[in-house]
Amino acid sequence: MGVIEWFLDPANWTGENGIPVRTWQQIEISLAAMAIALVIALPVALTLGHLRKGVFLATNIGNVGRAVPTLGVLTILASIPEIGIGNLAAILALALFAIPPVLTNTYTGLAGVDDEVRDAARGMGMGGMGILARVEVPLAVPLIAAGIRTATVQVVATASLAALVGSGGLGRYVVDGFALQDNTLIIAGAILTAALAVVAELLLAGVQRWVTPKGLREQSRAEIEVQEIPVATH
Amino acid sequence: MLVTLADAANPWLSWTYVQNNWEELVAAGKEHIFLTVGAVVLAIALAIPLAMLVRKVPRLSGPVLGLSGILYTIPSLALISLLWPVFGLSPWTVIIALAVYGLLVVLRNIVVGLDEVPSEVLDAANGMGLTTRQIATRVSIPLAMPTILAGIRIATVSTVGMVTIGALVGYGGFGTLILSGFQNNFWHAQIFTATLCCVLLAVVFEILLLLVERLTVPWTRKQAG
Repeated sequence: MGVIEWFLDPANWTGENGIPVRTWQQIEISLAAMAIALVIALPVALTLGHLRKGVFLATNIGNVGRAVPTLGVLTILASIPEIGIGNLAAILALALFAIPPVLTNTYTGLAGVDDEVRDAARGMGMGGMGILARVEVPLAVPLIAAGIRTATVQVVATASLAALVGSGGLGRYVVDGFALQDNTLIIAGAILTAALAVVAELLLAGVQRWVTPKGLREQSRAEIEVQEIPVATH
Repeated sequence: MLVTLADAANPWLSWTYVQNNWEELVAAGKEHIFLTVGAVVLAIALAIPLAMLVRKVPRLSGPVLGLSGILYTIPSLALISLLWPVFGLSPWTVIIALAVYGLLVVLRNIVVGLDEVPSEVLDAANGMGLTTRQIATRVSIPLAMPTILAGIRIATVSTVGMVTIGALVGYGGFGTLILSGFQNNFWHAQIFTATLCCVLLAVVFEILLLLVERLTVPWTRKQAG
């Protein structure tokens, strides 16, 4: 059966192994991983960025993430008896890899707020929390959004590896295809995982633009481009 | 820390494992280095002419960089799978797939590095009577070199990690050991040792390439300090 016939076959669009279910599984795994990553990375980065402490950690954590193979972390977590094979191992592994981009970008965004601006806010009678919430975070939104976008796209793409440790998701087709020596299944799965990652990237690029305050859009673009040299680790 | 997780029958760290499987580990290491270097060298070889094209036709710069930003989101699992019917179970499937990612980073850094050369410097070189070729080889390229080398370093380190996915087609270096250890009843020692070796290899490449950067563009060190 050819790849086009595979996509046209209604049987592949329904049931537990159908494309909608598999796609949703991958999105679910990704959302859970991002939720964990944000709950950990944002408070740490906001605190460090506000206090201007921990530059070394914030800027180098990404290098560590790059050097550690995702496959290794996935299989290590899935082989811990308390975690086991399945979605939990994938969610935890993906969350670990999503933390560095969010942490680094949020920190850089906060640390980049001019001292004069902070002094002015303090002069207006704002306390530490007020400065953070009403001055620093709004000014750092472009970079924070860029970090979350980079992390999310990376997580959605990497989630296809979760199938290697027995999770659901679109990677299932590829892994099952290799196990069954079924070329059609391999190609169809590859097309689906690639398409989902690209759609996530395009969608989030739009969201990022939308959440960026109007006044910061043009001004911050050059700055964001430099921060955001894309590096694939998936 | 991880030792506490280990049970006696299936430890995470085991010197006996390393001793008994030394030859297998060395073979996996050699394959890992071969695949990494192959992918990065191919990436650089493709990035240079493409960068020259983008410099010649600046209109291409936006689309090429934009397209590269989208292409890099494609998971390596998908790219390796798409190439596998063409190249089969061969190292080329892995090398070519990973070269695509390396290419994007290296190309981007060459273009960004050359764009960042201040126009005053180029004007000065022009005023001193340097030809276009001399400006390129003596002014633009040396000034862009730190950015280009950083791109090559980042591409290399991330390639070391992604080589492991090549295990899917039987050429994954340490990745093949990780996956077979996992499939072999969660053999902790093999999974953990192979992952550790992979991280070590990435660190060694990082240090080697940082050394190359210091030797070839020593002026950046003063700047950084």
